[in-house]
Amino acid sequence: MPHSRDLRDPDAINLDRRELLMAAAAAAAVVTAPSVAGAQQAGTGVPSMKVSFTVNGKARNLELDTRTTLLDALRENLHMAGSKKGCDHGQCGACTVIVDGRRINSCLTLAVMHEGGSITTIEGLGTPAKLHPMQAAFVKHDGYQCGYCTPGQICSAVAVLGEIEAGIPSHVSADLNARPQATVAEFRERMSGNICRCGAYSNIVEAITEVAGRKA
Amino acid sequence: MKSFTYERARTPAEAAAKAARTPDAKFIAGGTNLLDLMKLQIEAPTHLIDVNRLALDKIEPTTEGGLRIGALVRNTDLAADARVRSDYAVLARALLAGASAQLRNKATTAGNLLQRTRCPYFYDTNQPCNKRKPGSGCSAIGGFSRSHAVLGVSDACIATHPSDMAVAMRALDATVETVRPDATTRSLPIAEFYRLPGDTPQRETVLEQGELITAVTVPKPVGGKHAYVKVRDRASYAFALISVAAIVQPDGSGRVALGGVAAKPWRIEAAEAEMPKGAEAVTAQLLADAKSTSQNEFKLPLVKRALAAVLAEARG
Repeated sequence: MPHSRDLRDPDAINLDRRELLMAAAAAAAVVTAPSVAGAQQAGTGVPSMKVSFTVNGKARNLELDTRTTLLDALRENLHMAGSKKGCDHGQCGACTVIVDGRRINSCLTLAVMHEGGSITTIEGLGTPAKLHPMQAAFVKHDGYQCGYCTPGQICSAVAVLGEIEAGIPSHVSADLNARPQATVAEFRERMSGNICRCGAYSNIVEAITEVAGRKA
Repeated sequence: MKSFTYERARTPAEAAAKAARTPDAKFIAGGTNLLDLMKLQIEAPTHLIDVNRLALDKIEPTTEGGLRIGALVRNTDLAADARVRSDYAVLARALLAGASAQLRNKATTAGNLLQRTRCPYFYDTNQPCNKRKPGSGCSAIGGFSRSHAVLGVSDACIATHPSDMAVAMRALDATVETVRPDATTRSLPIAEFYRLPGDTPQRETVLEQGELITAVTVPKPVGGKHAYVKVRDRASYAFALISVAAIVQPDGSGRVALGGVAAKPWRIEAAEAEMPKGAEAVTAQLLADAKSTSQNEFKLPLVKRALAAVLAEARG
């Protein structure tokens, strides 16, 4: 099953373009080898700490260098490479994941700060065989070009619809006391923390619009 | 990032005491600014005290009719609070004009107040910067200064404070509540919370080593029309070139605080007596002591025009 291979293994990349795009949109669940981080750090004198949280519903127990960001824990320790490292400074949104129901930049938070937390990554939203509606809409509307920002865009887009549903206002909400509407202007403002270097914004907005309409 | 030890604080007073007796300790809450700076080794704490599990995440009414906003209330939650939206709209608007949704979901009320400048020379560790390395000089003076301060500047530093929220808090006469390492508490009017750079731009607030913000309170609602106008290079997700937080009453009186122009939210209460006369009269006083560079002098007419737009809108 090609989609379950480690994406860092060049031999694993033998997908055709459509499969590759599907994989980028879904950021296929990657094999989870047992972490050896704790063992590597033992005896180095670098402060490490145990932390437990769930990722996509599965309990995870890690021992990490305290400096490990949540993004690095996901990618390097849990080998879930769907969440991407773009700028590593909270400016691009490629690392966006949903923690305890809220989308955040996983590069700007320490893994050890999330003891007991519940983390949803792109791998937890859907699979190539069963895409999340937002993933399917991104594929349908070509909401990407290179695909690198796509996992973050999709996690963010899913959260955007939840935030509008929850009545959280935005900078472009005309009336702070009215329920925010699922409009293109709202999507654009609310997605401004996710940068797409390829400039697929208009297609991303179309994908979100379609999913929002389907929900309504 | 330099390595550090990490602990989860159990009580505010304990956290403050620990921070005071541990060299190079820092509190971490949202972490969105501190971790950014730690990755660049602009901040290099050897010990982090995670205050996220302290129960400081409530917004409660005060006996005076205002709100007590816990230090850990996330920017998203503060902006979405029904009381803030209806009675302190300037605050909700300022919060929503700042950062991205991902950052607002993490960023806290206290952390927002304490965020560091985004002066590019503060961020560039190859350049002199008196705020980052006291005594090394200021690269912005004589350098690229388009985004820099025009008020309250010194020969040592012309950095601005980047917060939008703090500008609204200044317009609302907020008070910062803290606990000190000896477990005593104090309340600091936001007008007295920030320091201007002077000769010590590395000291940005009046907080003592280890002192922990526990809440920010706002007095009872003052009514009027609230506005927060932020002028920036992009329509979203950019720091202010200038911003205007204003509360305008039906008789034309009101309050004005400015962002993007100084190392603190800029408000001169005496200038507000001129509000019924219009933006020209107000800004004549507000900006009287401005010291701009050829690159940031545009901020002065920009403030005046933004305030004029706010006043015109308020008059309806």
